[in-house]
Amino acid sequence: MKKLKSVLIVLLFVMSLVTCKKKKATSASNNLTSFYCPMKCETDKTYKESGSCRVCKMDLIVTTQENSKVLKASQISDESIFHLTSLWNTKEDKAIQLKDLKGKTLVMVMIYTTCKAACPRLVADMRNIEVQIPKSNLENLRFVLVSIDPTNDTPKRLREFAIENKMDEKQWVFLHGTESGVREFANVLAVKYKQISPLDFSHSNIISVFNKGGELIHQQEGLGVNNKETIQAILELTTEN
Amino acid sequence: MKPINRLIICITLLFSLTANCQSKMVLIKGGTYTPLYGRDSLKVNVSDFKIDVYPVTNKLFLEFVKKNPKWKRSNIKKLFADENYLINWKSDLELGDMQSLNAPITNISWFVAKDYCDFQGKRLPTIDEWEYVAMANKNLPDARQLKTYNEQILSWYEKPKTFKNDIGSTFKNYWNVYDLHGLVWEWTLDFNSVLISGESRKDVDNDSSLFCGSAAIGATDLMNYAAFMRYALRGSLKAKYAVKTLGFRCVKSINNSQ
Repeated sequence: MKKLKSVLIVLLFVMSLVTCKKKKATSASNNLTSFYCPMKCETDKTYKESGSCRVCKMDLIVTTQENSKVLKASQISDESIFHLTSLWNTKEDKAIQLKDLKGKTLVMVMIYTTCKAACPRLVADMRNIEVQIPKSNLENLRFVLVSIDPTNDTPKRLREFAIENKMDEKQWVFLHGTESGVREFANVLAVKYKQISPLDFSHSNIISVFNKGGELIHQQEGLGVNNKETIQAILELTTEN
Repeated sequence: MKPINRLIICITLLFSLTANCQSKMVLIKGGTYTPLYGRDSLKVNVSDFKIDVYPVTNKLFLEFVKKNPKWKRSNIKKLFADENYLINWKSDLELGDMQSLNAPITNISWFVAKDYCDFQGKRLPTIDEWEYVAMANKNLPDARQLKTYNEQILSWYEKPKTFKNDIGSTFKNYWNVYDLHGLVWEWTLDFNSVLISGESRKDVDNDSSLFCGSAAIGATDLMNYAAFMRYALRGSLKAKYAVKTLGFRCVKSINNSQ
C-alpha cells in the first residue's frame, strides 16, 4: 500500500510539472557564436573564429545564433510579404512559401475558380495587363493568382483552370493554401471576402503589385478599371537595373 | 483512508496548476442565429465551441511576448503591426505605469492576436461565434429583442476609457462569459469578411465593382444599432492596426474541424 501511495504521488507530481513545461522546450535556443564581415563582402558567410575579412580586411563582428537570424531577415524590409511563413501549393503541386518568389516582381490577385461573376473579369484584367508587358520583362515577373477557396480549388483544379484560361506558361503562378494562410494573406492585401454558399464568395476585386523585396507598390481596385497605372508600375519595377 | 486524502490533495493541486497555465474556458452550445449582416439564407449555424471567459490580459500577453521574442515591440515587422503596437509599454517587456496586469491587452494587431491563440492551441473566434455569445444578457441566450440589452451596450459605447478597467468588471452573461460588452472591442478571425467600405450611408455593400456578389450581403436586423457599430468598426479595420480600445479572446473548436 505504501509503495502504491508513493508511486501515485510521484506520478502526479511529474504530471503537474509536464502540463506547464510543454511549451518551454521549443524556446530553448543554443547560443552559438560566429563572426561575420560588417561589409558583407561574401554576403552571408560567417566564420567560426575572430579575425579579419578575407576580402576587405575589416575586423569581423561577433554574432550569436539569434542575431544572425535577425540579420538574414533584415535583408528584406519590415513591410515585405516574405515574412509570411504560411505554406502554399502551386498548381504543379509543389509546396512553397511566399519568400520562394523573392527576386521577381509580383502581380497578385485573389480569386476562386467556381466564381461566375467577378473573377472571370478579374482574370481577364490580369491577362490584359500581361499582354501589354514586353516579352523581355516577363522573365522577372510573376502573375500570382491565390485561391480564396482552399476546399474546392485543389492544385489539380487550379491546373485545369490554368489550361482552360490559357494561363499555363511559367509567368502564371497559382497558389492553393490553408484556410488560415489564405485569411492572413488576404489581410496583408487588405482584401475582404466572405463565403456566401459552399461555392460562392463575396470578395474585393484588388490587383496588387509587389517589388522584388515583397513590398507593396501599387494596388488597383475594381473591375475593368483603367490599368494604365498598374502597367506603368510593373514596367518600372521590371526594367530597373 | 489516508492515501485517499493525499490523492485528493494531489489531484486538486494538479488542477489548480493546469488552470493557471491557460485561461479559463467555457462550453458554448451551438445553435442557429440570424446575424446582422448575413448570407442570403439569413440563418447561420454555429457549432459547439469553447470560449475564454475573459479577454486576454496584459499579464498573459506579457508572458506570451517573453516566450515569443518576435512579437516584442522592437522586433515586430511593420507588415504585422502599425506604430501603435504596445505603444504604452515602458519597454519590450514592461507594462506602462498606468496599466494594470489584469486589464485587457489592447494596442495589438490581428496578426499577433491570431498567433497568440495559435500558440495556446486555440484560435480567434469567427464573427458569427463572437456575436452568438455576445447576444446573451444575464439570463437569456438571445436578448437582442430587449430594449434594455441595446441600451446597456450603447451606454458603454458612451463611457470613456473602459479599456483601463480590469477583466471581470462587467456582467457575467448567460454562458458565464464576462466582458463581451463594456470593456474593449475584440478582434475576430474573419473581421475582413465585413464588406462595407467608405462612407457607409452612401456606398454600403453595393459597390459591385469593388466587391463581387456584394448585393447578397445586407443588414437584416435594423434594430440592433450596437451591432451596426461593431460591424462598422470591423469593416474599417486593417489587420495591422493596433487600436487602443481593441483587445481579443480565443476559442477552441470541439470537433477538431480545423
